[in-house]
Amino acid sequence: MENKKPLLEVKDLKQYFKVSRKFTVKAVNGVSFEIYPGETYGLVGESGSGKSTIGRSIIRLYDPTAGTINFDGVDITHKLSERENKHLRINMQMIFQDPMACLNPRKKVLDIIAQGLDVHHLYNSKEEREEKVYNILEKVGLSKEHASRYPHQFSGGQRQRIGIARALILNPKLIIADEAISALDVSIQAQVVNLMKDIQKETNTALLFIAHDLSMVKYISNRIGVLHLGHLLESGTTEEIFTNPIHPYTRSLLSAIPHPNPIVEKTRISESYDYSASGIDYTKGVNQLVDGTHYVLATEAEFNKWRRK
Amino acid sequence: MENEKVLSIRDLSISFKTSMGKVNAIRGVKLDLYKGETLAIVGESGSGKSVTMKAAMGILSSNEEINSGSIKFTYYRDKEKVEVDILKLLKKEMRTRINGKRMAMIFQDPMTSLNPTMNIGAQIIEGMIWHYKTPKKEAYKKAVELLELVGITDAEKRMKNYPHQLSGGMRQRVVIAIALACNPDLLICDEPTTALDVTIQAKILELIKDIQKKMNISVIYITHDLGVVAKVADYVAVMYAGKIVEKGTIDDIFYDPRHPYTWGLLSAMPDLDTKDDKLYTIPGTPPNLANKVEGDAFAPRNIYALNIDNRLEPPMFKISDTHYAATWLLHEKAPKVEMPAELKARIDRMLREANENGK
Amino acid sequence: MEFLDNDFELVGEENLAKVDNNYASQPFFKDVLNRFKKNKGAIVGLVCIILITFMAIIGVGLTGHTYDSQIITQQNLAPRIPGLEKLGVFDGNEKLQTSTGSVKINKYISPDGKKTGLENVYYWFGSDILGRDIFTRTWMGTRISLYIALIAVLIDMLIGLSYGLISGYFGGAVDNAMQRFAEILNGIPNLVVVTLLILILKPGLLTITFSIMITGWIGMSRIARAQMLKLKEQEFILASRTLGAKDFFIIFKEILPNILGQVITNTMFSIPNAIFTEAFLAFIGLGVPAPMASLGSLISDAFKSFTTHPYMIIPPVVVLGILMLSFNMLADGIRDAFDPKMKEM
Repeated sequence: MENKKPLLEVKDLKQYFKVSRKFTVKAVNGVSFEIYPGETYGLVGESGSGKSTIGRSIIRLYDPTAGTINFDGVDITHKLSERENKHLRINMQMIFQDPMACLNPRKKVLDIIAQGLDVHHLYNSKEEREEKVYNILEKVGLSKEHASRYPHQFSGGQRQRIGIARALILNPKLIIADEAISALDVSIQAQVVNLMKDIQKETNTALLFIAHDLSMVKYISNRIGVLHLGHLLESGTTEEIFTNPIHPYTRSLLSAIPHPNPIVEKTRISESYDYSASGIDYTKGVNQLVDGTHYVLATEAEFNKWRRK
Repeated sequence: MENEKVLSIRDLSISFKTSMGKVNAIRGVKLDLYKGETLAIVGESGSGKSVTMKAAMGILSSNEEINSGSIKFTYYRDKEKVEVDILKLLKKEMRTRINGKRMAMIFQDPMTSLNPTMNIGAQIIEGMIWHYKTPKKEAYKKAVELLELVGITDAEKRMKNYPHQLSGGMRQRVVIAIALACNPDLLICDEPTTALDVTIQAKILELIKDIQKKMNISVIYITHDLGVVAKVADYVAVMYAGKIVEKGTIDDIFYDPRHPYTWGLLSAMPDLDTKDDKLYTIPGTPPNLANKVEGDAFAPRNIYALNIDNRLEPPMFKISDTHYAATWLLHEKAPKVEMPAELKARIDRMLREANENGK
Repeated sequence: MEFLDNDFELVGEENLAKVDNNYASQPFFKDVLNRFKKNKGAIVGLVCIILITFMAIIGVGLTGHTYDSQIITQQNLAPRIPGLEKLGVFDGNEKLQTSTGSVKINKYISPDGKKTGLENVYYWFGSDILGRDIFTRTWMGTRISLYIALIAVLIDMLIGLSYGLISGYFGGAVDNAMQRFAEILNGIPNLVVVTLLILILKPGLLTITFSIMITGWIGMSRIARAQMLKLKEQEFILASRTLGAKDFFIIFKEILPNILGQVITNTMFSIPNAIFTEAFLAFIGLGVPAPMASLGSLISDAFKSFTTHPYMIIPPVVVLGILMLSFNMLADGIRDAFDPKMKEM
């Protein structure tokens, strides 16, 4: 997979937000990673890590402060021409977190899903438009009858499916799922995750899965990146990270995942990690190669110390 | 071990008035909680778990009415045992005698649980002064001790802080301190860690467990997260569509579940060793309780449903002294149905892991 | 417990619900309409408005007098309605306060049988100081007031709404500039604007229209902008942007339908304001010129005869009052219909 050209290449992305004259929030502070066609990349982090911001910067809802974003051979960091914009808007789609807010309450499901087709004039007749929408509805596990209803008549999981249908109808090469399942019940999460896996198999779409739930990320991702405070601390394949976590933050994150195994869970104490007290400075770290594609952000000294553990 | 019963819920039935008609949110709940123990009520949205506990605290909204049932709460007042039916108490009595004093509740979102215009010291002291008329100096000292108990460093300095100056995890700790200020007998936690990062989550749960041991409080957790349940609970009650479908000790539920819904819940969570291609899921969505339920509410989503599930609601079948489940599959005439193979494999794996860890 | 023979057989996969029937099909506006219908005050308000509008259309031609015909010999006549006069009300009697006490006189039919020439003349609401029929003039004035209401709505919708939406959506420097401009405009007192306009243009309906146009839209623009700021960062708007929708499409096709409730409510509330502003301007002499009548100018004229002939001021006051009250109740009802206090799922 590494021999193929990456579909998405993010180099040293910085996204700063100016809050007042003296204070700038450095939401993303130099993040680099690649996503290859057809794979799932899991971006993990807690609140304030910058993961949602990265997703939104990549899909150009924000203008990046610095760095480059290269999508499907096109540099999309700067202001886009008409053609570049159309290319981006069709081939990269996003699914959002809040099923209550991601659909326009005053529009019928048919119109919501067909919005992409409408904007880019991708059909020739009204019947063709409806056909496409019905096909997509079937694919996501809903039915034709649902197309004439309004969002408030659906449950959270179903609304998320409608959001997925809206993203899928344009046949994108990359879908960014920004905490797309966090707001759903556990059994519904499983349904939606299964759906996304099925669709990926069928269409070979790449998926950037942004989440904080490590067990779900491990289940669905091929490769993973761990974010904290706007820095990418550790990245590699799922296997590499879970069998050999190097960075103390990654280790504390893994140890905090609850196991549904009462006998073990009751006696386990999680590892703690406090950035301000740890003496680590993310801005001083460099990407150190551990093994294969496994990288850690650390200084020489830190790297040697952690490897020995 | 004849342990004392603290809370006893019987035949609880609650419905809401909405513009779409009457919704039967709770359709008959029977539950017991013993002193010093932790009960976890598990369910998805719409199962009724929060409403049940809101009824126990007496904080139902005006459009929620109690159709029937009783919630008996037992506590000691000056060495004298008192038993009250919460549903029969007036609001004023609840406020002065029970809420905050004997039963405390912490909620999901620490940001909105704290008053943004009061400093946290004042919020902790408030309860003590109102319920026990503690003199200010003494209450202040106790508040500082409580902050230290919940693990806030520099407690004395923090007393003057406002909620927006604290992080999410610290705010939740303050909420816990407030809940404990009046030495309640029962602590109800409604999804206390859902809004927190996973690293903080573990710490908060460990904290509550610690305090529980120290102060011998009984705790009820309301959650949908089985990982949380595995960590803290002694007893588990699984709720679906306003009824308890399975209840038992934590070992009963996790290692020997009997209800198809419990199987579904346990399977739907991938753990770190799940290698399956597809997650087993429960198809469909929870029912709309504005419609009358015919037979078993779970039947439409149950691939192990029997014909009788569409006709009659299953009663609670006894599996052991501690373990009960409401499914017709436990009737003697029912066919022998085993839990899904993947779930069985996972449970075997977990038991092996537990043995290896030397339990 | 009775068991059937096949009770304990597995149902199999057909049991699984494929399409859920959980939620009834009910578009948003139907909901709103239902809630509106339940509000009695709003229905009463609506009915009153319809009646008054109806009267404004036909009332002018009912009595046979025109609104501007002045018959000086028939000035200051009390109300007299054929048919009702037999019941003792509206029979042309009026009480006059003189220096010696109160005297009942009737200018139509003199008590001593002398011919007055007015036996077959009827003025339903009486006549004013220049001998004009108050009934006709009242409904003429109502027409003017309703016209003002219409203008207010149009201005609000066209100018106020668009201004606020655009200002809120684009934010930054655009928003800043637009808002400062609106504030400056708002800072100039209405009276000053109208007076200046009257100096430049002739006093008349056009001038009133202009003056309302200049400052009446600012309230609506603020509401629209506030709603826009609230909705701008919602995920369904972000989704539209990621799909490539153009800005103006988003503003008018995505956001506007969501704020329609607020907009309509606010418009309904601004109508009584506009009507009253015109009446007030008329009252202080800056309204429509004679012989045109608006409710405010009628009240102003009748005010001068208030102590001697109180019947003159009553019709325009009553109509104005009912009109404003009805619009207020209607607006209340609409607001409650769009934004019910009891929010369920």
